[in-house]
Amino acid sequence: MHALIIDDSRTMRRILRRTVADLGFDATEAEHGQEALDHLEDGLVPDICLIDWNMPVMDGYTFVTKVRADERWRGVTLMMVTTESEHGRIVKALAAGAHEYVIKPFTPDAIAEKLELLGLVPGEVPA
Amino acid sequence: MISESSFGYVADLLRRETAMLCEPGKEYLVEARLLPLARAAGQPDVDSYVARLPLDAAERDRAIDALTINETSWFRDLAPYQAFTDHMLPPLLEARAATRHLDIWSAACSSGQEAYSLAMLLQESLPDGWTARIHATDVSTSMLERVRAGRYSQVEMNRGMPAQRLVTWFTRVGSEWEVSPQLRSMVTTSHLNLAAPFPPMATFDVVFLRNVLIYFDMDTKRDILRRVSTRTARDGFLLLGTSESSLVVDEWTREQAGRTWIHRPHGAGTLAPSRSAAGTAVPLASTGA
Repeated sequence: MHALIIDDSRTMRRILRRTVADLGFDATEAEHGQEALDHLEDGLVPDICLIDWNMPVMDGYTFVTKVRADERWRGVTLMMVTTESEHGRIVKALAAGAHEYVIKPFTPDAIAEKLELLGLVPGEVPA
Repeated sequence: MISESSFGYVADLLRRETAMLCEPGKEYLVEARLLPLARAAGQPDVDSYVARLPLDAAERDRAIDALTINETSWFRDLAPYQAFTDHMLPPLLEARAATRHLDIWSAACSSGQEAYSLAMLLQESLPDGWTARIHATDVSTSMLERVRAGRYSQVEMNRGMPAQRLVTWFTRVGSEWEVSPQLRSMVTTSHLNLAAPFPPMATFDVVFLRNVLIYFDMDTKRDILRRVSTRTARDGFLLLGTSESSLVVDEWTREQAGRTWIHRPHGAGTLAPSRSAAGTAVPLASTGA
């Protein structure tokens, strides 16, 4: 499994990288939406993108709309990870094609549970 | 760190009042849970706080509440909720066609995520004209107040709540999220100590008794399961926590439903092949592109 982590905070990228690494993911990092798009254009095929909203050059919402508009990346799951917490913002991101939404601050468990919801990590097996 | 004598008092108190086990090795947990109460009571440390407890019944209740709070999340472990919609609702919708009503028990409901998760699934699954009531019980009165308030912090909302359901069933109130009146009207609450004789209650079609039996000794576990069987419809269902499903009690049979185990009263028959309620699949999560 591979995650593309898109956040202009180096610390946040490090935290997310460590969180998904504990769940068995490799990760690529991007500082903004355009750099992430460049990775996709270069052939990177992530299972999931973890996307901040407010970033320089290209924000996360624009990144989501561009990815969803391109058939090549139909299979990529998109999850916002952002401080944007207003009801309307979440609705807007989902309408644009984001599959899930995590509001900062978050715990590693929150990321793990969302990835389980999305079918990207297995749940517990009954005893 | 809490002294041995203080820890012993707290363990005895929990055992006496709730039948919950608090064994050596859990000192750090007791310390962490009671330190905020000690500070609120103006005590310098947990030992001084515990020394007050024999003389102060209200403070003992607060301590018990703090010690019995369990971490929880929405749609916890997913598989039990999938079993609920795929394996339990279809036969119950057939069996209750005359009354078109379901009664669900969320036992040891903590802050209510389980009860409201079930309310969401029922709202999305039940055919028109059906009603459902979720009875949420807990030994902690402060937790029951939280269920009734129906307000959750952002950190709590991050724990397993699908984004689509968040925007459908909750509104933002300040820094918190408030459950919709529609869901809240489906949930009733009452105080209940699982280890004590049950008060008069309805008979339930489905009982969620998850991640609480682990706190009791084996005799108490078996006693609780026997008494729960008397409050479960003969064609009803019981769900236990993942690590609790290997418990065997005469009153229950166990069968696999998807990725979890469900329990049925003896003589309830076996499950038909999986299908979703009302013929409509109810996804637990957002689907991938």
